Amino acid sequence: MSDASAPTLLQSLSPGHQPTVEENLERGEIDQSTRLPVLAFFTTSLFWLLVGTVFAMISSFKLHSPEFLGDVSWLTFGRVRPAHLNTVIFGWASTVGIGVTIWLMARLCRTRLRHPRMLLAACGLWNLGLVIGTLGILGGDSTSIEWLEFPGYSTPLLFLGYALVGIWGVIMFRFRAPGHVYVSQWYLIAALFWFPWLYGSVQLLLIVHPVQGSIQAIVNWWFAHNVLGLWFTPMGLAAAYYFIPKVIGKPVHSYYLSALGFWSLALFYNWNGAHHLIGGPVPTWVISASIVASFMMFIPVTVVAINHHMTMRGKFHLLATSPTLRFIVFGAMCYTLVSFQGCLMAFRSYSKVYHFTQLTIAHAHLGMYAFFTMVMFGSMYYIVPRLVGCEWRSATLIKLHFWACFYGVILMMLTLHIGGFVQGLGLNNPNTSFEMITKSTIPYLIGRSLSGILLTIAHFVFAYHFVLMLLRLGRPQGEATLFTTPALPAAHDKTEPAAL
Amino acid sequence: MNRLPTLFIGILFTFAFAWVGLVVLPYAQIGRLQPEVNADTGDIFPPTPSGLADAGQKVYAANGCVYCHSQQIRPEESGSDLARGWGSRRTVPRDYIRQSKVFLGTMRTGPDLSDAGFRFPDAKWHHLHLYNPRSLNAYSIMPSFKYLYITRKIVGQKSEDALDLKGDDAPPLGYEVVPSEDAKALAAYLISLNRRYPLKEAPEK
Repeated sequence: MSDASAPTLLQSLSPGHQPTVEENLERGEIDQSTRLPVLAFFTTSLFWLLVGTVFAMISSFKLHSPEFLGDVSWLTFGRVRPAHLNTVIFGWASTVGIGVTIWLMARLCRTRLRHPRMLLAACGLWNLGLVIGTLGILGGDSTSIEWLEFPGYSTPLLFLGYALVGIWGVIMFRFRAPGHVYVSQWYLIAALFWFPWLYGSVQLLLIVHPVQGSIQAIVNWWFAHNVLGLWFTPMGLAAAYYFIPKVIGKPVHSYYLSALGFWSLALFYNWNGAHHLIGGPVPTWVISASIVASFMMFIPVTVVAINHHMTMRGKFHLLATSPTLRFIVFGAMCYTLVSFQGCLMAFRSYSKVYHFTQLTIAHAHLGMYAFFTMVMFGSMYYIVPRLVGCEWRSATLIKLHFWACFYGVILMMLTLHIGGFVQGLGLNNPNTSFEMITKSTIPYLIGRSLSGILLTIAHFVFAYHFVLMLLRLGRPQGEATLFTTPALPAAHDKTEPAAL
Repeated sequence: MNRLPTLFIGILFTFAFAWVGLVVLPYAQIGRLQPEVNADTGDIFPPTPSGLADAGQKVYAANGCVYCHSQQIRPEESGSDLARGWGSRRTVPRDYIRQSKVFLGTMRTGPDLSDAGFRFPDAKWHHLHLYNPRSLNAYSIMPSFKYLYITRKIVGQKSEDALDLKGDDAPPLGYEVVPSEDAKALAAYLISLNRRYPLKEAPEK
């Protein structure tokens, strides 16, 4: 309900609470104990981000220049596209999410990280699964089940790697320091528990022993939608709930809203998946149930948006100062946007236009990129200096990273939304020939490739900056690397190694 | 929130609730559908796909055709699928029970393939199209699947299944282009996609 790592409820209620020297020492020790595992997950996640970006660019170019790299079987569109999806979902997003989760768990449990070797083993298994899975897709073993393309011989490694993280989470939770359980932790615990159920279930029902007929599609979308809402969203929101109050030095606006937002997400999100199948060969009641649940998502989203906005109120000027805050607030705003869009997309009338078009791709990137990825970037800007013992080398590089992402996202959203509408309206008019539809979407697909170039620049800049940090080539510790000097230093946190 | 049992039970319950709703119940309802036997003719619908078509489905999966082609015909009120002539009726769960993997799809960069075999019944057409889609539709952005074909020296007679390629695609003199086993299977699979049979629950429009 309040300042994330404050030890007691009373202290939490006081935004002006100054951490004592002991508390800061303790916090520094906890951070240090997370160093190896968190950096292992961060480093490999960035590797996969770059790999995924290259796959993204190849797929995007192929959509307007089909002969580009056209004669190589392992670079055909239908293999590079799932390779992109799986490397960014499992390789980048899940890996960085686990890294942030580990760090947050240690801080929020207020205990030194236990069993780091367990996490290093997890990281190794997880990455081995990713390598084998990605090569499998390129080699022609893709399952062609969306969001689950990794072949069956690689997924047990991923599952095992994940299981170690999940067990570790339970151990950490058991040995946490007594006291209040902060909202971020509800989300993390839930995510750690939901993911294996989701992933295990679909592996059994779709790959090990496939169910009959179109139930495959229901199970597929139950997973593909829930992996966003019950795995990535909780990790992203946990980070937002932690870092926003932390950076601005002010407790979360309302405990009541936090609880309402959490429980309504848990209750309604689960049911959303089948709205991807409107008009499809599945029982109508399943689709209707999903449409109603998608509607109900207005509640958790509005609640979280109000809670974050009211927390930020009066502190928006800090967006000009703090890289962490700027990335995370941008991500949180996109969470609101993408979720409202998701509610609308469940309307049958809107589905008629967006279904089977680039609008679905736009929606997915608004969620996975503009929301989740941006929140993760922001979290890394906060966490990494506390692990490597130096500050980010250059505010200019951070600015470049942010603005390339910002304009990349805007351009991608504009092109894919307009292009998607053009495509959808064309498809709905039986007098529009397929030739016309294809030709009319190509300019927008070229625009999307341009947006991809901006994002590629952003990713390589960030990866370069991160490597400098790993090599300890950053600025000496003490003053955090900020965009501008804040008018008033955030009184609250200034004794930490690097505020903001 | 300090009552951990509440947290755990809540997390468990909310998830189980939807899991039962979206996974268990649909399975109970349509998880064991049987093919329909026509009382007059004794025909069984949907028909069993041939072994070659089943092998082709794996080629379809390996090369990610599903990322651009759907295989579902929605009823009139949900879109123009029927008006475009992509099918003669909406597709229903029973249509998919003979397929070991179902490719409903989420994107129509290319047209729907539910009835591909009815609309393009000729394997030669599929081979020319797969080899170079732009030789048939200049606007097409479909990848060419030349790697599924073999260019080889003609020994004796030209092979019967050699592709009739023209222009830039034509092989050098004395050479021919023939489909690999994968290409033959894929074409057989595409031709097997045909929903022009009656089902009680989905009358033709």
